[in-house]
Amino acid sequence: MKKPGTFGLSQDTIERLLNVASPVILLLIWEICARFGVIDVRFFPAPSKIFTQLMVMVENGQLWKHFWASMQRLFWGFLFGGVPALILGVAMGLSRPLRMLVEPLVSATYPVPKSAILPLVLLIFGLGESSKIVMVGIGIFFPIVINAMAGVLEIQKIYFDVSQNFGASRWQVFRTVALPGAMPLILTGVKLGIGMGLVLISIAEMVGAKSGLGYMMWNAWEILSVETMYVGLIVIAVLGIVFSQIVSEIERFIVPWKQAR
Amino acid sequence: MSDVKIRLRDLSKVFHTRAGAFTALEPMTLDIPTGCFFMIVGPSGCGKTTLLRILAGLEKPSSGTLEITKPAAGRPSNSMVFQGDSLFPWMSVFENAAYGLRMRHRPEGEIKDIVGHYLQRTGLSRFHNAFPHQLSGGMRQRVSIARAFANDPDILLMDEPFSALDEQNKILLQEELLRIWEETRKTVMFITHSVDEAVTLGDRIMIMTAHPGRAKQIVDVPFERPRRVLELRAKPEYGELVYSIWGHLRDEVQRARALDEGSAA
Repeated sequence: MKKPGTFGLSQDTIERLLNVASPVILLLIWEICARFGVIDVRFFPAPSKIFTQLMVMVENGQLWKHFWASMQRLFWGFLFGGVPALILGVAMGLSRPLRMLVEPLVSATYPVPKSAILPLVLLIFGLGESSKIVMVGIGIFFPIVINAMAGVLEIQKIYFDVSQNFGASRWQVFRTVALPGAMPLILTGVKLGIGMGLVLISIAEMVGAKSGLGYMMWNAWEILSVETMYVGLIVIAVLGIVFSQIVSEIERFIVPWKQAR
Repeated sequence: MSDVKIRLRDLSKVFHTRAGAFTALEPMTLDIPTGCFFMIVGPSGCGKTTLLRILAGLEKPSSGTLEITKPAAGRPSNSMVFQGDSLFPWMSVFENAAYGLRMRHRPEGEIKDIVGHYLQRTGLSRFHNAFPHQLSGGMRQRVSIARAFANDPDILLMDEPFSALDEQNKILLQEELLRIWEETRKTVMFITHSVDEAVTLGDRIMIMTAHPGRAKQIVDVPFERPRRVLELRAKPEYGELVYSIWGHLRDEVQRARALDEGSAA
């Protein structure tokens, strides 16, 4: 519905403008304050300086190198943590004995702060790629396993009755009832897990890596290149937004039946 | 209608709950002939759904035996039309109707033909790709019927499939059901609490007692087929039959009510 509003713009357009306006105005104020020495540029360099540094790092390939290193670790971590979590979570939702067996383990390990096990992971997996992948994997594992199980448990019993009456095998029940029925909650788990993965990759790379966005920011602190630190922050923030947008798109594609509710 | 399709011998069901044992179904002995449209009427809580769930293989009887004549190789024994919403919300109309055939790994071309036929028979061809939440309650129940028929089972089990619908829709769907049924004349076991529905659709009606469930009376319906719902209802014999069945049922409904009030007090 388009309603005419101020300046003859539609309500929609005004809302969208306001959405864009707040960060732009904030950046402007920041820039002005930095230039006139109102804030300490050692901690808060002007946005224009950060942008210049970003361009420099894009041109000399530094940013790309670190970005790519982190992306690879995230990818393998999501894969090795997410897929088993998905299968285990759905299976736990379907099988009561399995749930009784595994749930105590999950609830006992879930509250342990994931960052606190980094030293242990480094000890076991060393300073190579695997320790970083394991950290990301652990981060995404828990939200997905918990949400997948809850998702299956929320499916109404009648759907399982239908599949049984129509002769579905165990695997067919998994594929046609449990997995699609739990999918909305699983995707929520994926979103949470990706956030957790980004937190953990940053921390893991700060301590035990020679590449990646986390390392890049840590190194920037050591050499006091504040602009580089901000570049890292921006890239990670953008990554988070892009990932969650991608999941939302996937959601629209694979759970169209949830849209209209 | 001579050979027996379903044979129950002293079949009973007792549920064990924390509050103690609860008899849903007293020992029941019953023969249902092949091709019979068999109706079960009874007050709520008389165990009729339990009986149907046992036939569907969703519940195990506590005692007694159940014999169902085996269908020809490759065909399923029974398919159920469930009470209330039972369509998978995550599947389109077509995928829902094709469910049984897909589970049996039928070739995709055959599935297309059969499902297409039944969607057309139920007037849903245009809604092929729609999702259940985009359909009305009556349309959803039609998909559910198409799903059961498309699976081509030996026996159709129907658990108050029309109970949630308004009167107009109900009559239309009853007509539709009769029309589709005429094509194949499968054995049907149909539960309802509506005497009108039982007389309109059935060949034979079993009246059940209120809790614990027991067969009180079995009545034959003499009307010839094919039937037209409204014409049938205009006949004086129709009214007489409904009236006499109500006579049997009234005591049970009152007894069920007294039981409910007793347990509520």
